[in-house]
Amino acid sequence: MIIKILIITFILFVLWRTTLMYRKNDITGRELMIWIFFWCLVAGATLLPQKTDIIASWLGVGRGADLFVYLSIIVLFFLAFRIIVKLEKINRDVTKVVRHNALNAKKNQES
Amino acid sequence: MITSVVIPAYNEERMIGEVVAGLKDKVSQIIVVNDGSTDLTAKMAKQAGADVISHSLNRGQGAALQTGIIYALNKGADVIVTFDADGQFLSAEIDQIIKPLLLGQVDVTLGSRFLDDRSDIPKEKLLILKVATWVTNLYTGLKLTDIHNGFRGLSRQAAALIEIRQDGMAHASEILEQIRKHNLKYQEVPVTIKYTDYSRAKGQKVTNSFRIIKDLLLSRLG
Repeated sequence: MIIKILIITFILFVLWRTTLMYRKNDITGRELMIWIFFWCLVAGATLLPQKTDIIASWLGVGRGADLFVYLSIIVLFFLAFRIIVKLEKINRDVTKVVRHNALNAKKNQES
Repeated sequence: MITSVVIPAYNEERMIGEVVAGLKDKVSQIIVVNDGSTDLTAKMAKQAGADVISHSLNRGQGAALQTGIIYALNKGADVIVTFDADGQFLSAEIDQIIKPLLLGQVDVTLGSRFLDDRSDIPKEKLLILKVATWVTNLYTGLKLTDIHNGFRGLSRQAAALIEIRQDGMAHASEILEQIRKHNLKYQEVPVTIKYTDYSRAKGQKVTNSFRIIKDLLLSRLG
């Protein structure tokens, strides 16, 4: 029971932070909806864990909790992959900017 | 015929002046790309007579080389030689790197320390270089004896075709991949690598090979 209270409190905290980010225009309305949907699913699975067993059995997984762990790992791997790729792109963009500035500064120096 | 040397340099105040001075009478233009150094590299290079371009942030040897090559091309270079800033190469050997390009025999010349026994290669480097060369030859389809040697020459056409996207040390492998991709004619040229205490401290560590592999793999994801 305590774990449920902790998880729900955490979800409420995350939803509050996400809403603040939306108000500051740090995330779009679409992103806000996706996060609300995701955290509502997590809240539902926390409050009614027996319901997740039904979905798990459809997918051939023993328990809902196991399904949740499997899905979490897949999502985390995907996010890590996305972040690495994005980081690579940002690195390349930084190089482009630094190069552009360096060549421009040299050009200005010469003229 | 304009021959430009591009030297990427990061915190090389101790050697850069000497390196530039050694090249002065041998080429038309010496371009030092000061890659975000926090020491007097830019000043020393300029005093020695180089054209200095400064990156505001350290972006890596590959990034600095590409900046220098773009600048050299803009300045009308016919032949571009890449050269290290740590004093490992002999400026006297630049003629051998340039000659096949001037004669139009090849598009790219690649320095090799393994074509004869003029370089005294430390044992710990020897093994890793041999393995790296074998692996690179396998996936590029080239037949080379030395793959991570920064002493190379590019014709204007080759320099314009090769675009270095690898900011770090993986650029050396990337250049070879692009030689293959653009079907450029290449030739290895024997060169000397001097292993001084300074160059060994500044040079690549064996552990860097893992970073190079990581960079090459990641570049295929992006």
